[in-house]
Amino acid sequence: MTDAADRVALELRDVHKRFGRTEIIRGATLKVNAGERVALIGPNGAGKSTLFNLISGRFAPSSGEILLNGARIDGLAPHRINRQGLARSFQVSNLFTHLSVFENLRCAVLWAMGYRYAFWRFLASLRDANERAEQVMAMLRLERRRDVLAMNLTYAEQRALEIGLTIAGGADVLLLDEPTAGMSQSETHRFLQLIREVTVGKTLLTVEHDMGVVFGLADRIAVLVYGEVIAFDTPEAVRADPRVQEAYLGAMAAQDGEA
Amino acid sequence: MTEQPFHFRPHNVGRWLVWGGYALVLVLAPLVFSSSLSQTLLSQMGIAIIACLSYNMLLGQGGMLSFGHAVYSGLGGFLAVHALNKVGDGSLHLPVSLVPLVGGLAGLVFAALLGFVTTRKSGTTFAMITLGIGELVYSMSLMLPEFFGGEAGIGTNRVVPPAVLGVSFGPQIQVYWLIALYCFVCTALMFAFTRTPLGRMLNAVRDNPERVAFIGYDTQRVRWFAFIIAGLFAGIAGGLAGINFELATAEVVGAQRSGAYLLFTFLGGSTAFFGPIIGGVLMVLATVVLSELTKAWLLYLGFAFVLMVMYAPAGVAGLVLANLRLAAFGKLRALLPGYLALALAGALAFTGASAMVEMLYHLQLNEALGPVMKFGGVSLDARGAAAWVGAALLLVVGALAFEAARRRLRVRWDAAQADIERELKRREAA
Repeated sequence: MTDAADRVALELRDVHKRFGRTEIIRGATLKVNAGERVALIGPNGAGKSTLFNLISGRFAPSSGEILLNGARIDGLAPHRINRQGLARSFQVSNLFTHLSVFENLRCAVLWAMGYRYAFWRFLASLRDANERAEQVMAMLRLERRRDVLAMNLTYAEQRALEIGLTIAGGADVLLLDEPTAGMSQSETHRFLQLIREVTVGKTLLTVEHDMGVVFGLADRIAVLVYGEVIAFDTPEAVRADPRVQEAYLGAMAAQDGEA
Repeated sequence: MTEQPFHFRPHNVGRWLVWGGYALVLVLAPLVFSSSLSQTLLSQMGIAIIACLSYNMLLGQGGMLSFGHAVYSGLGGFLAVHALNKVGDGSLHLPVSLVPLVGGLAGLVFAALLGFVTTRKSGTTFAMITLGIGELVYSMSLMLPEFFGGEAGIGTNRVVPPAVLGVSFGPQIQVYWLIALYCFVCTALMFAFTRTPLGRMLNAVRDNPERVAFIGYDTQRVRWFAFIIAGLFAGIAGGLAGINFELATAEVVGAQRSGAYLLFTFLGGSTAFFGPIIGGVLMVLATVVLSELTKAWLLYLGFAFVLMVMYAPAGVAGLVLANLRLAAFGKLRALLPGYLALALAGALAFTGASAMVEMLYHLQLNEALGPVMKFGGVSLDARGAAAWVGAALLLVVGALAFEAARRRLRVRWDAAQADIERELKRREAA
């Protein structure tokens, strides 16, 4: 563990992102160690989703560096970043709606297993890809829904498949964008257990609003306020940090006041 | 984990039956319909099936609405005709039966070149670029008469002596056998494509291109490679057409042909693999048979297309599959009276409408023949009020009855679907 903990899996160095004149990310800096579970929290509009989009390649940062396992990935296309071992999930389920659960998962393992753009091999003959897809499906407890189209799944099942698409390719670094969004209390509890199971040994960065989830899951918590990481420490330390209380809770109070 | 039960059925009996049946139809068709007109039609159907299937790789499987697919079949046709001429004058040694592959190669190369630009975009932008490229190539055909033959096109002669094993490709039936063989093999290959990693990722790109990028795939590449493969099969269809008609004119790369691929692939059904096969058959029936029967054929076709888009967007194949599903759950029989009522009311309305359309066309185009015309065995006076009032009455009554029948059927249909959903839920829970 010490070896792994010493290695930095994901690093942000003074990352900025402007949309027109509005600066959403204002010098975010963060070092996530390999095998660590980090929760990214912050009030609405702090830039959490934008930060995820920058890391995963949906947008390029305006300035600054993003490193995955020591290699620069800022500004690369999403598929290139994914091939280097980073996968993400989405806040709103982002599935292949007209494909079955099994086909969704199989699509997610194809590139990682080296099948690329093959049109000279039958999917049915790809033993390892099929086994991996079945295996992930079992982990998600979706075996009974194997041939159901993604669009016909229940909300909770879609959330599970969303996580499945993210982990199926075997990426080492996982970004989960509000995985439990919209779930009931009991569903959230079960889902948290699922996330723990499927991310064993992975580096995890997750955006989360549910503080129960945050404290139950995270080794460390990063607090993002107005595009800057103002604190990054263990849950206890973050909870006790007066700056966090002031900035984060202050911003929350301001929001409540507006609402 | 490796002992998971797999659901693969590579040696599925049903599949052998379907493919055997398909081959059987291709073989029996010219024996059952043996007139020379039938042979001509069947030959064209085989070509149209390949073309529509290749178009559906883009439309149904990849979500790419192309307005310029005739570019690839057409250029394949021209290259095949030129190759055939070279075979004829002895400067190229190639069996005539392989000339369609020259067309395929041409389709592939042009799809690789032009598709590289086209497939960088998706959605509306993609559609616009294909339209532009279609116009571009069509205008080129008039600018480069040496290659495209100007207004007259490029003619050729598919009979290149000596005949091999008695096959000279002179008689239409021999050309049909060649087309049928290509049709079967191409259909099988295109079906196989849907079962490959690239084929499946093409579906994924159709459903959600954004997510595809986050599982490691370059969406532009997926679209481009599929576009190239579709171009190959389109080119083969074009090459076969070149042999069949012994002619290639600018029309074969034109927007009208591209539009026909789109229209008939959609009518046949773009969501099922076999939909375009139905589409190809419909294409020949409409453009060759229907156009002989009535001058107003495009009007009827447009009307059928609009109806299909509105009420059955999955095409004929979708209707077939939906009814097979109903039948499988024992729900079809209860709907049959509803179908019958709908068909009768529809026929009534259609008779009225088409009588008026035909009278109008008659007055416009056949003035010299006098006002009396034949309409389905009945003489109508196109200038008389009686015929118009009668036709209008049929149309109004038919349309009202149709709408009433449609609403009633809709209720029963929805109830049947709900029953099926419940049954499925029950089975899953069991």
